[in-house]
Amino acid sequence: MSFPWAEHYTPKHPLMKWVDEKLPLPRFVYNAVGGGYEVPRNLNYFWNFGVLAGMALTVQLITGIILAMHYAANAGVAFDSVEHIMRDVNSGWMLRYAHANGASLFFIVVYIHIFRGLFYGSYKAPREMVWLLGVVIFLLMMATAFMGYVLPWGQMSFWGAQVITGLFEAIPVVGTPIKTWLLGGFAPGNASLNRFFSLHYLLPFVIAGVIILHIWALHIPGSSNPTGVEVKGPQDTVPFHPYYTAKDGFGVGVFAIVFALLVFFGPNLLGHPDNYIAANPMSTPAHIVPEWYFWPFYAILRAFTMDLTIPFTGIVLIPAKLLGVLAMFASILLLLVLPWIDTSPVRSGTYRPLFKKFFALLVVDVFVLGYCGGAPAEEPYVMISQIAAAYYFAHFLIILPIIASIERPLPLPGSITEAVLAKSKHKGEGEALPGMGSDLQPTGHA
Amino acid sequence: MVRFLGGLVGLFFSGMLLLSFLWGAVAYVSAPPAKTVESAFHEHPKKVSWSFNGPLGHYDKAQLQRGFQVYSEVCSACHSLKQVAFRSLSDLGYSEAEIKAIAKARQVPDVDPKTGEMSTRPGLPADHFPLVYPNDVAARAANNNAPPPDLSLRAKARHDGPNSIHSLLTGYTPHPAELLKKFPDAKTPEGLHYNPYFANLNLAMAPPLTAEGQVTYGEGQPKPTVDQMAQDVSAFLMWAAEPKLEARKSTGVAVLFFLIIATVLAYMSYQNIWSTKEH
Repeated sequence: MSFPWAEHYTPKHPLMKWVDEKLPLPRFVYNAVGGGYEVPRNLNYFWNFGVLAGMALTVQLITGIILAMHYAANAGVAFDSVEHIMRDVNSGWMLRYAHANGASLFFIVVYIHIFRGLFYGSYKAPREMVWLLGVVIFLLMMATAFMGYVLPWGQMSFWGAQVITGLFEAIPVVGTPIKTWLLGGFAPGNASLNRFFSLHYLLPFVIAGVIILHIWALHIPGSSNPTGVEVKGPQDTVPFHPYYTAKDGFGVGVFAIVFALLVFFGPNLLGHPDNYIAANPMSTPAHIVPEWYFWPFYAILRAFTMDLTIPFTGIVLIPAKLLGVLAMFASILLLLVLPWIDTSPVRSGTYRPLFKKFFALLVVDVFVLGYCGGAPAEEPYVMISQIAAAYYFAHFLIILPIIASIERPLPLPGSITEAVLAKSKHKGEGEALPGMGSDLQPTGHA
Repeated sequence: MVRFLGGLVGLFFSGMLLLSFLWGAVAYVSAPPAKTVESAFHEHPKKVSWSFNGPLGHYDKAQLQRGFQVYSEVCSACHSLKQVAFRSLSDLGYSEAEIKAIAKARQVPDVDPKTGEMSTRPGLPADHFPLVYPNDVAARAANNNAPPPDLSLRAKARHDGPNSIHSLLTGYTPHPAELLKKFPDAKTPEGLHYNPYFANLNLAMAPPLTAEGQVTYGEGQPKPTVDQMAQDVSAFLMWAAEPKLEARKSTGVAVLFFLIIATVLAYMSYQNIWSTKEH
């Protein structure tokens, strides 16, 4: 998309003119992430996380492709080949730690990106498609991460694969055949490892493809912004380059520092020690947990401890395990209908006093779920996760529609520029105003 | 319609969860789960201040050599170290000739070049430490059905690895009388050994380090007390599990130095570019 005032690409060098006539790729890039993409001027740091997620995917692709040159996807030697990478491959330890921690960082960044969207109403019209594609990317990421965690063929790899594919067994009649089909056998084995490796290599490229669609869909209406007020004129926007490339450059630097701290000074902090024990089908670990980024969903899965029965007859309609599986999938899939559930016309949580309180509660709730998901399946964690999971579903499916109909939002600023100027005046930076006069276009907001 | 159906789904899941919670809470209050003997008597590892702790930590080569000595003279009777190659012992400060001698003293499996029969030959620096038992069945048969784990990654395969090894090796105590008073069924079974640092309290491995001077250290080294030997072998096993620790930390310092400068520059150019734009 392009606002009418966006800069047009004009190649100067004859070679670039020649390229532009044959294949307007530089023009495409210019319009996507260059001077030709006009972006609201008031984005805060939460808007860095889309670019950071792209960075994280790039790191995963590069490290992953090199790791695949040294890794052997065979149940007999996979574990040892990872140790070969750690000990004998030049800088192999760095590649593997970067890849393992890169996955964690990818999820941290994407979770912040998702919660940014939840708070600022980025999922609302006209950006529903951006949001839907984002949920698809998230699902693909979860599948990719799960299969990647199986590849080292340690104890948690093996038993994680056993537990997660075992979830499908909860489906009546066809459950067990589905599990066998997924694993290529009755238990995780060489066939499972090979297909997981193949798919783990494939899916990131599918993710990259869906990311292109995600950005394409974003560029139709243009980026959202913290006020949730749409762009009204040229004074509201700045070109992506150099303004946001510079800001993202700083964001990438901070991201890289956090990443380096993890990789070089705490590479095993986020991993589970049991995965340094080779897979052993004869010995079940004391407590099987997925990677931390799945903990909230794992807590929801385990929170269902009661079968759905017809009272006083003892006839089980839905067993607890199936309920847990359905709820776990529902907890993510409900995001797909979110744009049509939250009907409040105000996008940004900043102007929604009631929504803001419940949103804060949701953030706490997800952390509680995460904590319980990583804890052993004992009391009091199960009871806490039951309350937390109940709130999770209630928040999205019951509370949000109610808030939308009863809330009285605060008055919205007339435009992005008005909000920006009000903020800087509020900060007592009024004296800076004359200096920026050139930037204010004579359009009617003043 | 979407909101109506969504609301029903929300009510259903939240309702089931609240029912499950009430059910669980009633059960919890009416019959609180009994404390297990493990949760009552299991202890967290004691903290040791290792030379390799902290962002600038590095291995103490003399300690690693002592630890290797303890491993060779005590642990290696039962525990393999199969991920470690003899050549990597150069990290411990051994010379090429010393490494050749260490390797040569161990027999590694190979095919006899003349007959093609399976046989063994003296090790070479390129070989890995050979297995102690030819397979898991043999390991079980020789150890009362409790195969001794390979130690190559032991220091990373438990929470708080090196501390946990040190505590386990020095943590054998007589069965506390208090324990049997509280949990009359929790008697240490025949052939196992009580150790509060082991997850289920009873360990198949007999105390391996029992007496001061069990291993004779060279001139100028600390006295080989049980605690000292346990620390040394724990440090050695940390090296075995994470041989690239020093390279990792020193690379990390350089990377951070570069990144901090780059990030400051990026911040300054960000501020510079935006200096005329209110945002």
